[in-house]
Amino acid sequence: MGAISQSSYEMAHLIGAAVLMAGFQLLYQRRLSAVLNTFAFQALALAAAAGWQAHIQNAPHLYITAGLALVFKAMIVPFALHWLVERLGIHKTVETAMSIGWTMIAGVALVGLSILLVLPVTANATALTRESLALAMSVVLLGLLMMITRHNAVTQVVGFMALENGLILAAVSAKGMPLVVEISIAFSVLVAMTLFGIFFFRIRERFDTLDLQNLDTFRGDRQ
Amino acid sequence: MSAVLAQIVQIFLVVALAPLITGWVRKVKSRLQGRIGASPLQPYRDIYRLLQKEAVVAHSASWVFRAAPYVTFSAVWLAAAVIPTFTTNLLLAPAADLIALVALLGLARFWTALAGMDVGTAFGGMGASREMMIASLAEPAMLMVSFSLSLISGTTSPTQIIAFILGGGVGIEVSMGLALAALIMVAIAENGRIPIDNPATHLELTMVHEAMVLEYSGRHLALMEGAAMVRLTLFMALIGGIFAPWGMAVPSPEMSGANVLAEMVGLAAFLAKCFVLATALAVFETMIAKMRVFRYADFLGGALLLGLLATIFLYVSEAV
Repeated sequence: MGAISQSSYEMAHLIGAAVLMAGFQLLYQRRLSAVLNTFAFQALALAAAAGWQAHIQNAPHLYITAGLALVFKAMIVPFALHWLVERLGIHKTVETAMSIGWTMIAGVALVGLSILLVLPVTANATALTRESLALAMSVVLLGLLMMITRHNAVTQVVGFMALENGLILAAVSAKGMPLVVEISIAFSVLVAMTLFGIFFFRIRERFDTLDLQNLDTFRGDRQ
Repeated sequence: MSAVLAQIVQIFLVVALAPLITGWVRKVKSRLQGRIGASPLQPYRDIYRLLQKEAVVAHSASWVFRAAPYVTFSAVWLAAAVIPTFTTNLLLAPAADLIALVALLGLARFWTALAGMDVGTAFGGMGASREMMIASLAEPAMLMVSFSLSLISGTTSPTQIIAFILGGGVGIEVSMGLALAALIMVAIAENGRIPIDNPATHLELTMVHEAMVLEYSGRHLALMEGAAMVRLTLFMALIGGIFAPWGMAVPSPEMSGANVLAEMVGLAAFLAKCFVLATALAVFETMIAKMRVFRYADFLGGALLLGLLATIFLYVSEAV
C-alpha cells in the first residue's frame, strides 16, 4: 500500500467518523425536525463515504450505492418523515427514556465495546480495516441505542435507519460486496419506510398517539 | 529573527491584534443581522476611552476586586504569548505546555469569579456560579483534547506538536477530526460565545461573563475586556496552529535563525487564519440561538465525550 492510498484510506475514515458523529448528534437532538435533519446529514455523509470508496477502490458500482443513499436516505426518507410528522400533528419534542447525557455516555461505552469486539476479531487485518469496521459497528450500535431510548415511533424508525446506515458503511468499506445486495437493501428500506408510514397511521388511529409505551398496556405488561 | 526577538514580537502581536479580531467578529455579525455595525477598529477606541476614565470601585470591594483585572489579564496574556502564532522559534517555547495552558486559563477564570463575588452583588455571584459550572465541564474536555493530541505527537508542548504535524508526522486522523470538534466546542464555552454565553448581552438572566465584570469601570474594565479579547485570539492561534499549521515558520537546522522571509509568510498565514476563523465564528453565532443554562452540561459533556472518542480511536489505529 503506497503513501497515496494510505492517505486516501485515512480520508475514508474521516468521512466514516462524520457518519459516527451524526449518530451521536441523533442522540443529542431534542426536536423531531432536528432529528430528521441530522438523519439526512448522516445519509449525506454515508453517500460521501460510498462515493469516496468507489473512487479509491476503483469500483464504479459503489457510485450507485452512493446515489441510492443520496436519493433515498438523504432526500426521500427525511422528506417523507417530515411530511408524516406534519400530517399526523405529532408532538415535536423528542421524549427520551433516559436523560440525554446518560444516553451519550452509553453511546461512548458502546463505541468502546465495538472497538473491544473488533480488535480480537480482526487480529490479522490491517489497522485500516480495523478502524473502518470499528466505525461502522459503532454506528450500528448507536442506532440500536436510539431505538431503545426513544418512546416515539418516528424516532425509533430513524434509529432503525441509522442502524442500517452503519450496515451500509461496513459494506462499502469491505471490498467486493455485490451490488445486488445493496440495491435490495436500499429498496427494502424504502418498503420498510412505507410500511412504517402505514403503521403510524394505524397506531394513531387506534391509540391516538405514537408513544409506544401505550402499547404495553394493550399487550398486558404494565397493568 | 532570533528567538528572543520573535518572542517579543509575539507578545505584542497577540495584544495588538486581539481587539481587531473582536471588532471584526462584531462587524461581520452586524452585517449579517442587517445592521451597518461599528468599524472593526472600534474596540481599540473603546479600550482607549476606558483607560482615560476614572476607575470607580464599590465601597464593599476588597483588594481582590482591584487585583483581579491585573491577574486575569497577565495570566491570559502569558498563555497567549507561548502559543505559537507565526513561528515556533520562541524563547518561552520550552515552558509552553498544553496542561500549563489549561491551568493559566483556569487561574484567570478563578480570579474573575472571585472578583464577581467580592463586591457582593447578586449578579456577580450568579455569574461566578455559572462560570464555575461551565469551567467544571469545559476543563475536563480541554484536558481530554490535550491528552489525545499528546498521544498522537508524544508531547504536551504546543510548539513541538505543531512541529510534529508540520513535519508530516500525522496524516488525516479520525482522532484529529474528533479532537478538533471537541476543541471548537470548548473554545466556544471558554470564550463565552453563543450558544453558551452571549458576549453582547446585558440582559440579567442570560449573562455569565458580563455579570461578573458588571461592577468594573475604567482601566479595570479595559483590562477585563482586553483579557477576553486576548483569550479569543489565543484559541484562534491554538486551533489554527494545531489543526492548520501551514505557513508557520519552523526553525530548520541548516538556516540557523535569521529566516525573516519564512516568518513574514507565517505572519501573513496567521492573519489569514484569524480572519477566516473570526468570520466563521460570526456566521455560526448568527445562525444559532443561545442555549438554556441547564443544557450546558449536554453541550460540554458532548465535547468531553468527543475528546474521549478521539483518545479511544487512537488505540484502534495505533494498537498492535
